[in-house]
Amino acid sequence: MHHLVFEWSWLPQLAQGLTITLEITATCIAIGIVLGLLLAIGRVYGKHIFYWLSSAYVQFFRGTPILVQLFTIYYGLPSWGVRLSPFISGVLALGLNTAAYQAEYFRGAIQAIRAGQMLAARSIGMTLPQAIRYVILPQALRLVIPPWSNELILMLKYSSIVYMVTVMDLMGVAMTITSRNFRYLEVFIVVALMYLALVLIISRLLRMLERKVRIPGLGVERR
Amino acid sequence: MNIILKVEDLHKRYGREEVLKGVSFEVQKGETKVIIGPSGTGKSTMLRCINQLTPPDKGRIWLDGVEVTHPKTNINTVRAQIGFVFQDFNLFTHLTALDNVRLGLLKVKKLVKERATEVAVEELRRVGLADKTEAYPAELSGGQQQRVSIARALAMDPKVILFDEPTSALDPELIGEVLTVMIDLAKSGMTMVVVSHEMGFARSVADEIIFMEHGVIVEQGSPQQLFSHPQHPRTGEFLHKITELYGETG
Repeated sequence: MHHLVFEWSWLPQLAQGLTITLEITATCIAIGIVLGLLLAIGRVYGKHIFYWLSSAYVQFFRGTPILVQLFTIYYGLPSWGVRLSPFISGVLALGLNTAAYQAEYFRGAIQAIRAGQMLAARSIGMTLPQAIRYVILPQALRLVIPPWSNELILMLKYSSIVYMVTVMDLMGVAMTITSRNFRYLEVFIVVALMYLALVLIISRLLRMLERKVRIPGLGVERR
Repeated sequence: MNIILKVEDLHKRYGREEVLKGVSFEVQKGETKVIIGPSGTGKSTMLRCINQLTPPDKGRIWLDGVEVTHPKTNINTVRAQIGFVFQDFNLFTHLTALDNVRLGLLKVKKLVKERATEVAVEELRRVGLADKTEAYPAELSGGQQQRVSIARALAMDPKVILFDEPTSALDPELIGEVLTVMIDLAKSGMTMVVVSHEMGFARSVADEIIFMEHGVIVEQGSPQQLFSHPQHPRTGEFLHKITELYGETG
């Protein structure tokens, strides 16, 4: 039977990795929101080339493994003279990937808004972009929070793949520590708990946000 | 003669079904025109063709001398001058009553916030909802929501307001408050085109009633003429049936 041995000295190193993990997650989620919204709008309201391009993008990035996308960017692009740092490569791959998934969540939420909302907006003389910005999106973004939470949590955990291109995120630090002391079980238990704690905190924050932006009189208020 | 709205030979087809088969009429400034007729005869489609929410296949429309249907006409500018009141209100669900009325003033008319607020509050007062400015649509009754939507249309200072069965989605006891607002509007000289089954309203307020069936105008004339001496047998039949069904409320 293996005796579990923990060392306090791991914590500062893991904490540093955790910071990198948070940075990567935040950046790629931000890229994903902006790009995902544009893609969703292209898929719902776009005509011809805009519809086609946004659909092709979503299909491509959902249809290929994220690791293949990461390796293509980090190991592949240098062949064309594009050399990106491990950190940038990781953020880019994850950001481009999550954009495709977020686009589908946004699209679903936009399409869930009743058609009358758009008609009413256009009937007072708003342009299509104005109607989207002031009437459709404010409602769709509220609606999307619960499913979108999944994507955020998923990206927090998926971000661990960047250790494979030598980024020292939480996973990368863990791999370094264990390569020296071979205490895989202990280190990864600590790492797992750290991810879990983050996920729980994020879920709580998103629930608070959801409650804060709730439209008065709509839906069921709990407790 | 001061024609504010002119509709000429409007055609609209959905797939194989021709919903509008050449509808023409004119609306004078300050006039209230009520359009009646059985369900599915193109009344609502016709209304939506006027502000191009549903583009017609053929036909021309003029608003105050400007051809709405001309390809070079900026449709958003035209729509800002045509109020539209929907059967199911379509208030912006994420905005308070005040913001519902104010949004078009801020974003379309580009008024400064203070001025937009003034106008919005005034219009909400006009429909009897001065105390509900901060309420969200889901916190209002159907009648109150419809009155906010009328205020939203009024705030844009439109040349004509189109009403698409404004009381059909309301519980019977809420119809009166909306009709009262509409009657006041008509009396104040607002130009209105109203699709409605409220025969009492049509009879007492309409300057002219248009009876539509199967995508064409069967008959039009003063309420007096249509109710007492319908020229077409279908008009008489319809009026008889609808009065039996709905009574003469409003």
